[in-house]
Amino acid sequence: MHALAQVLAVDPVPWARAQMAFTLATHIILVPLGVSWAFMTLIANYRGIRKGDADALRLAQRWSKYMAVLFAVGAVTGTVLSFEFGLLWPDFMDRFGPAFGIPFAFEGLFFFTEAIFIAIYIYGWKRLKPWAHFWSGVPIVIAGIGGTFSVVAANAWMNHPAGFRLNDAGRVVDVDPVEVIFNRAMPLQSLHMLIAAYLVGGFVVASVYATAMLRGKRDRYHRLGFLIPFTVATVAVPIQMVVGDQLARFVYNNEPRKFAAMELVPETSRDVPETLGGWLNDDGEVVGGIPIPGLASILSDPGEGTSTKIRGLESFPADERPTNRQATIVHWAWDVMVGLGTALFLLAAWFAVVWWRRRDLPRTKWFLRAAAVAGVASVVTMEAGWVVTEVGRQPWIVVDYMLVEDAATSSSGVWVTFLGIAAIYTGVAVTTVLVLRAMRRRFDAAEDHPDQGGPYSPRIRPESVGAAPQEP
Amino acid sequence: MAEFVAVVLMVGVTAYAVFGGADFGAGFWDLVAGGAERGSRPRSVVEHAIGPVWEANHVWLIFVLVVLWTSFSEAFGAIMSTLFVPIALAAFGIVLRGTSFAFRKEVVRLSIRRDFGVVFATSSVIVPYCFGAVAGGIASGRVPPGGTAGDPWASWTNPTSILGGVLAVATCAFLAAVYMTYDAHRFAGPDMEQYFRRRALVMAVVVGVLAIVGIFVLRADAEYLYDRLTGPALPLVLASAIGGLGTLTLLTRRLHRGARVLAMGAVAAVIWAWGVAQWPYVLPTRLTVAEAAAPTATLVAVSIAFGLAVLICLPSLALLYVLDQRSLLDADTAADGQARVADADPTA
Repeated sequence: MHALAQVLAVDPVPWARAQMAFTLATHIILVPLGVSWAFMTLIANYRGIRKGDADALRLAQRWSKYMAVLFAVGAVTGTVLSFEFGLLWPDFMDRFGPAFGIPFAFEGLFFFTEAIFIAIYIYGWKRLKPWAHFWSGVPIVIAGIGGTFSVVAANAWMNHPAGFRLNDAGRVVDVDPVEVIFNRAMPLQSLHMLIAAYLVGGFVVASVYATAMLRGKRDRYHRLGFLIPFTVATVAVPIQMVVGDQLARFVYNNEPRKFAAMELVPETSRDVPETLGGWLNDDGEVVGGIPIPGLASILSDPGEGTSTKIRGLESFPADERPTNRQATIVHWAWDVMVGLGTALFLLAAWFAVVWWRRRDLPRTKWFLRAAAVAGVASVVTMEAGWVVTEVGRQPWIVVDYMLVEDAATSSSGVWVTFLGIAAIYTGVAVTTVLVLRAMRRRFDAAEDHPDQGGPYSPRIRPESVGAAPQEP
Repeated sequence: MAEFVAVVLMVGVTAYAVFGGADFGAGFWDLVAGGAERGSRPRSVVEHAIGPVWEANHVWLIFVLVVLWTSFSEAFGAIMSTLFVPIALAAFGIVLRGTSFAFRKEVVRLSIRRDFGVVFATSSVIVPYCFGAVAGGIASGRVPPGGTAGDPWASWTNPTSILGGVLAVATCAFLAAVYMTYDAHRFAGPDMEQYFRRRALVMAVVVGVLAIVGIFVLRADAEYLYDRLTGPALPLVLASAIGGLGTLTLLTRRLHRGARVLAMGAVAAVIWAWGVAQWPYVLPTRLTVAEAAAPTATLVAVSIAFGLAVLICLPSLALLYVLDQRSLLDADTAADGQARVADADPTA
């Protein structure tokens, strides 16, 4: 027993970090689809009803079924996160729950609304009247927007804790809920995530149809399935570039530690080059990479140009800033986000120009190939952005108030839960993909059976559901 | 203010027990429905009964967690530290349950449906057991506040926790059987109605017996709780017993709608008896509600969110339940679709 206890007594902090990172990284993939797919579905639904477009209606109905599965996966992986706040970071929640928790009270409201109306929308295809059914989907879109703002408000608060004071006992007092929610980082950070949700959701859904079109399914249905989400993404990309630029400048002005890591700046200096790639070695020197002279300074404050001063990592005490390795991760994540984001912008611009000139997709197969890859690329871009903000905050869980290592649980079995959750999530991820593919095949097969009960079909008597099989 | 938010918290716990609990119970009946052929009709009732509403029902859990960590953060931290094991197990169970239920609906092949069904049903039993054990650990005073975790094992393997776990599973099964008696009446025919009514009656007796056993367990294991349950909380305990007996009576008379309401009432009364018995403690005899309470402004914010939930979510939820009960929402599982295709095309 003692030997067993020895084996199990593993330092929980790195495992808690790993588990939180892993479960968040998984959940965040589902977020864009939860937030923006309902919007795209409603576009198809609207078109279907208004123009009597059967293809659009069929698309909307199928999308809602896929959404149902993904929403279930998103809901349970989100539930795990709320357990983990307590399981992994009990001292953080104990101390800061009265402030950090407030945005979640409102997020709960949005999530509740979303869960209710998604059920009505998904299950309402057959027996609700067309427009009533359409409108039952609108609250899902609104709740998705509200939910995004609430959750990211909590994350932004960890970067810019506000709206409270600690008393002598270290407890939170003098709470101002409005300042907690609308902390300084909240507006830009939330907007950045919201637009990311539309951008990623658009590219991901479109990539599926791009792949189908590459395989020769060039009918109107698949074209529409590509055009609606790709257009949403195309609108989102340039907005995201503007918001992202603003946010980067906000970080420059307000989170200098994170910014120094992003730009790989060890020592405070002017005329800082934008280093592509490269890393910080153990001595904190920049090694490798391709420097573009002065660009980091210019982008930080175009007004000042190359004379803009960027504060270096080493101007902060070593135990209050990201380690050299963490800084390298942040820097790479930043490069990946900006690089892929730019590539996605070019792809969207290509589409926009061609569409504007001849109301058609670019004819070359390379466009569809690029669009097919854009789905995964956009997810990677988003994950990279999330790494920038989270790893860039290290070693703090609440900047300047609490270190991650002081927040973690003392339960030594976290490595067990981490391995357990990793195994479960891997299984769930594989199964989700398999189920979605099986659904597509089933939908395709059902095309030959018009009595399958398409959208808004004649009402089927409820008695027939689950009734005993009739003897012939 | 702290009292009000404590009541809000109890409302959340009650709603989760009454609505989410029935979903777990439906999983229990799925588990014991027997082989694929024999169990196919009860399972179809289960699927149609909880299909459209389960996700909304489980939002109550999030609601409870959020209110707890925001308003009584010290208790939340202490509970999560000490009861790490059962709560982590519950989290695993929730993932497996939710995903396997959603997946099962969308696949056609029987063997795969069965695999998902086993995962769904097993986790539907494990999760409420864990929550019941957690409640037992809290109520019997085994969660110390103050940043030092209590015993990671005894805190949930003690007699009160085991009682809580078993009682939770049985209560969920009871609720689900009562609800589905009515659902079966609506959409599955008299044989299924009879099927679930019989099970509801059995479960009502089981829960009753467990409650009586529980009296002795609590007297031996959780003195404070026992004194309070037989003291200030006694009216609620009696109300619950009467509700349970009333449910039995109405079920035998086939008054399903009334049975449903009484069963809900009986479960709600137990939850509130627990709440009253713990009062004024959030962690019995160590940490009071007032001591654990967040600053007033936080409590006001939580109350505002709750008020908005009452204004926005409750009517929406009512709409969902009404549409569901009027059969305007169609679960339309993959297997149904397949059945319809097969009906339409005998060669398929």
